Amino acid sequence: MNMDITLQQVVFFVVAIFITVFSVLTVTTSKILRSATYLLFVLFGTAAIYFLLDYTFLGAVQLMVYAGGIIVLYVFSILLTSSDLSMNKKLKMSKIIPSLIAALAGAGLVSFILLTHGFAATITGAGEELGMKTIGRALMGSDKFQYLLPFEAISVLLLACIIGGLLIARKR
Amino acid sequence: MMFTGIYGFFTRKNILAMLISVELMLNATNINFAVFNRYLFPEHLEGHFFALFAIGIAAAETAVAIAIIINIYRNVRGIQVKDIEEMKH
Repeated sequence: MNMDITLQQVVFFVVAIFITVFSVLTVTTSKILRSATYLLFVLFGTAAIYFLLDYTFLGAVQLMVYAGGIIVLYVFSILLTSSDLSMNKKLKMSKIIPSLIAALAGAGLVSFILLTHGFAATITGAGEELGMKTIGRALMGSDKFQYLLPFEAISVLLLACIIGGLLIARKR
Repeated sequence: MMFTGIYGFFTRKNILAMLISVELMLNATNINFAVFNRYLFPEHLEGHFFALFAIGIAAAETAVAIAIIINIYRNVRGIQVKDIEEMKH
């Protein structure tokens, strides 16, 4: 190993180990509330990766929507359904082993492809932050490489989601 | 992260825990979109906006799924997978 490991790489490895450890803990812990908390840490780590890539807006959206909204929704629904009762039942070994094999085989395949592919080395140079003005122009236009139509489709989808959620969860 | 999500989806028996595993998988794909966009095509923004819209869709999906789960709990008094044996109660 040469010594010119930059600060950014050190931060990346710390964040990557953080994400991996907490995502393993998320699926192996026996209490579901702890699982949701570890998921929150994984989402923080994801936001840290976005910040590291200089996608500041994406990181902020990740923090607000996921860490601020979805985790609260999860915690509410966990407490409402009191679903901690049969979580700590022992899993059968015959169920763990095939899932572990499937997961490890998939991980091995993906890392094999990633390591042997050899991407075109595009060095971004000193990463300049993606400006808010660029994002705004790309989001609010209908030319090529502009994304007004999916933006509107998302808004319609969210409206449908609100109506559907109300309709499903209402009291009879 | 992706494959811990898959592992959790296979092994968990609680619907909420399975949904948490699905969130893990969605996050892994979002990271991939952003990273590939940044390092291979830094002059375009497709991956960035795809990740952005995927976050929005994931939020909508989670809200609807949790509404369905709460409704199931109200009807069946349990959200284990083995509790749900018939679609119409």
